[in-house]
Amino acid sequence: MSLTLMPLLQQFMLLLAALVLFLSFVLLAQARLVAAIHIFAWQGALIAAVTFTVAVTGDAPHLYFSALLTLALKAMLIPWMLHRLVRQLGLERHTEVLIRPGLVVMAAVVLVIFSYWVVVPMVEQSLAFTRNIIAVSLAVVLIGLLMMVFRQQAVAQVLGFMSMENGLFLAAISATAGMPLVVELGVAFDVLVAMVLFGVFFFQIRESIDSLDVDRLNRLTETLEQDSGEQP
Amino acid sequence: MNALLLTLLTPLVGALLLALIRSLGPAGWLNLAVSALTLVGAVWLALSVGLDGSLTGMGFRVDAFNIYLVVLTAFVGLTTAIFSRPYMRHVCAEGRVSVGSLRIYHSMYQAFMLTMLVALTTDNLGVLWVAVEGATLATVLLVSLYRTPEAVEAAWKYFILCGVGIALALFGTVLTYFAAQHVLQDPDAGLSWSLLYDHAEALDPTVMRIAFVFLLVGYGTKIGLVPLHQWLPDAHSEGPTPMSAVLSGLLLNVALYAVVRFKMLVDGSLAETATPHLAGSLLMGFGLVSFVVAGLFLHRQRDIKRMFSYSSIEHMGLMTFAFGLGGPLATFGALLHMLVHSLTKSAIFITVGHAAHIAGTQSIDRIRGLIRTQPAVGWSLLIGVVAIAGFPPFGVFTSEFLLLTATMQTHPWFTVVLLSGLVIAFAGLFRHLHPMVYGAAPKGQQPVQANMLPVFIHLGLVLWLGLSIPGFLAAWLDSATQLITGEHLL
Amino acid sequence: MLSAWLLALIQALLYVALAPLLVGWVRKVKARLQNRRGPRVLQPYADLRKLLRKETRVAYTASPLFLVAPYIVFVATWLAAATVPLVVMDLPVARIADIIVLVGLLGLARFFLALAGMDIGTAFGGMGASREMMVSGLAEPAMLMAVFTLAMSAHSTSLAGVIYQHWADGLVLRPSYLFALGALMLVALAECGRIPVDNHATHLELTMIHEAMLLEYSGRHLALMEWAAQIKLMLYGVLIVNVFLPWGMATDFTPVALALGLVTVIAKLAVLGGALAIAETVLAKMRLFRVPAFLNLALLLGLLGLLSHVILEVGV
Repeated sequence: MSLTLMPLLQQFMLLLAALVLFLSFVLLAQARLVAAIHIFAWQGALIAAVTFTVAVTGDAPHLYFSALLTLALKAMLIPWMLHRLVRQLGLERHTEVLIRPGLVVMAAVVLVIFSYWVVVPMVEQSLAFTRNIIAVSLAVVLIGLLMMVFRQQAVAQVLGFMSMENGLFLAAISATAGMPLVVELGVAFDVLVAMVLFGVFFFQIRESIDSLDVDRLNRLTETLEQDSGEQP
Repeated sequence: MNALLLTLLTPLVGALLLALIRSLGPAGWLNLAVSALTLVGAVWLALSVGLDGSLTGMGFRVDAFNIYLVVLTAFVGLTTAIFSRPYMRHVCAEGRVSVGSLRIYHSMYQAFMLTMLVALTTDNLGVLWVAVEGATLATVLLVSLYRTPEAVEAAWKYFILCGVGIALALFGTVLTYFAAQHVLQDPDAGLSWSLLYDHAEALDPTVMRIAFVFLLVGYGTKIGLVPLHQWLPDAHSEGPTPMSAVLSGLLLNVALYAVVRFKMLVDGSLAETATPHLAGSLLMGFGLVSFVVAGLFLHRQRDIKRMFSYSSIEHMGLMTFAFGLGGPLATFGALLHMLVHSLTKSAIFITVGHAAHIAGTQSIDRIRGLIRTQPAVGWSLLIGVVAIAGFPPFGVFTSEFLLLTATMQTHPWFTVVLLSGLVIAFAGLFRHLHPMVYGAAPKGQQPVQANMLPVFIHLGLVLWLGLSIPGFLAAWLDSATQLITGEHLL
Repeated sequence: MLSAWLLALIQALLYVALAPLLVGWVRKVKARLQNRRGPRVLQPYADLRKLLRKETRVAYTASPLFLVAPYIVFVATWLAAATVPLVVMDLPVARIADIIVLVGLLGLARFFLALAGMDIGTAFGGMGASREMMVSGLAEPAMLMAVFTLAMSAHSTSLAGVIYQHWADGLVLRPSYLFALGALMLVALAECGRIPVDNHATHLELTMIHEAMLLEYSGRHLALMEWAAQIKLMLYGVLIVNVFLPWGMATDFTPVALALGLVTVIAKLAVLGGALAIAETVLAKMRLFRVPAFLNLALLLGLLGLLSHVILEVGV
């Protein structure tokens, strides 16, 4: 279905999905931690807006709750927790040195094309707009993955992880009008617990290597030297 | 249903109670009691489900395939709890962990058991995902329990890699749900495995194909398939030994179980297309690569727990390969192998824990003369490794023999690869094992107080399974085989 | 037919006539935002008149190129502006020149501007020219990306066609248009030498770009160069408002429609100019080394526009 034939609300949904993708790119290239957290919060808010739009277009009342949950969790609670952690760790002004940011952004563009390619075979299965958003959400997931690979800072990696979750939420919402409630609650619970644990780990990592630069976590390799096997 | 509730609620209540208990002594005993009660529940459940029956309802499904894994999980949970009580007390006495950390340890131990059991018994694929992710979350703090830089690094790696993997699995689950919505009337039932299995042939093959790739990569990270295995040796070697035992013995099984469940759906969906065995071929490929690569990596290990975690990868690869092969014989072999591998590997990890205590290190080069110092530990390690390497008369031999036979029937060339892989792994294990158990003990090496009961039980069971598989178990595995492949073996 | 060509001519003249007004308006708003009274809105006209009357001095090292450059720059910019529909959507010029020609004409003007900057051989001129080339080298791909996004939606590279298509579709929320708009705005800021890329209001900064190339010009040459720059700003402004918000433009040649079209386009430009003034007040000029990142963002936006068009908007 061509865009011009869609109802306005579905167009709006596509617009929001495109913005989510754009924010993924911005997140990927944002070196300042606090700004990155804000971008992540906006992304969460956009996902909530998509959920809300789906709830309005289809008669799916449980999605209102889901939108509220997303907004509370992804746009407020988790960014707030991250912000607090960053403040406690004294990283408010931390700016990461990105390695070859241009190349990474180009890789992300390639990932977008790749996700489209993956999803193209599903063309005939459903309404076009659903398939399209699946491509976008897969791209958001993969860009989150890319971010986790190329960022060295633990907080940035967590942001990548969380933005992957955002992509998954987007996929669930747009492809299937939301997962069953029990699953959605379970996923939300897992994400929240994961966030708490990440917080614990930030302190453990800093305690052990005096920095949150995860690249320095390199004691465990295959060519393990004698000195590291001291604990039963 | 009561039995199921007992099985699931016991660890839940246990986790909550253990989070409250401060002192170490009662906590260890309580952990033991809760695990025992869980096993009672699991056995009761198995008896009430019977051999052919299945139990569905309230979003749960217990059938021949998962019931024996439930019993196995509860059993290994119990024996590891028996081992863990004195072991953790010893660790605490050494001052490596605080009493507060042990509270987390015990509570998370039961939480982990809960997630495993939920993952096994649930009928809802979404809840399955939540439970497997929950298992990561429950164990990740345990991996970093000792707070050494290595432990923190291992835990971080574990967390990040499994988090990423499991996220991809959720994407696959969403796609499955997407496919289901075009088949099932009630959208809320779209993640029910039973319903999907009944309508598997109607699921859209294109979507399911893509979904399975994501699911395999996602849960495959958890299984430890090469090249997604990076977290596994680290997490096993740096975490406390009881954790290594349950991770290797249970968690990997559950992840593989999830993959096989999805494979059943995908096979149904792809049956009419040009590539009906796509899922099987993918599993075979990943499995074989993991099997061979892990066997090679065994040779260059210096850390004893790392070495055995590579052995776990190797065996998981073998099972993945066998499930991919399909057919009743291979599936029967794989199910049996799951059982014997879990028993043997957890016994080995428990023994290794004692061995590392004796030597005061995990470094293979400095563990020497175990048989002289403490014969029980030394012989257990020797027998355990003999068993895991696939020597008769142990159960691993039986299952590997079945697998080789099945491979010979359909893909004769792969038999060569499998055999050489087994030889490589055998050589890798024994070149390290020999000096550790034989030879002179270093001066001043003292025996430690070790509870070898769980090890003896496990190895005894594996021996028994090697000599003769009891009729009820064979019938059990057979009905599971029938469920997975549609054919009886026996 | 004749009336259409006549209208095209009038429209081209309107660009020349209105461009200083837009600049004056932006300056006025900016001054008010900074709590200054500022010069009156018509001041740029007076400046141009003064410059045109003044004696034109040329350095003794100047080559003929230096002398003809202002005329070429002015004419090329003007021609480029003439291809952008201002009041009426469909004009005969659309058949001669499409968006690619527009980009090409602007490129021609920039080429001669840069050559003229280097011609005298002073340090500032060369510096300005090299910076200008760096900026435009980065901005042009971004601009082309944005332009292609528009062209793909309309299946035409003709600017009139793009505008007509958008108008005829009515209100359609196109993600690709949003990205293209973002890209085009960033490119416009860079190409017109506005803050945060370049500061138009000074020729005393070491990091200046546009002004550095004009340092050696005086009199009517300088007037032409300044005027060309003003036309360029208006061109980008009209491009943005008319492509993305085509409503109100005249679709036929009746006087009422034309008058309405003129009024709406002036109103739209006034709003856009106000927005530009606000942006220039809020933003600080960035270091020259940051400019590539800024323009890469524009390129990324253009690229995302293209991708989102392909992924999200093309029907099956």
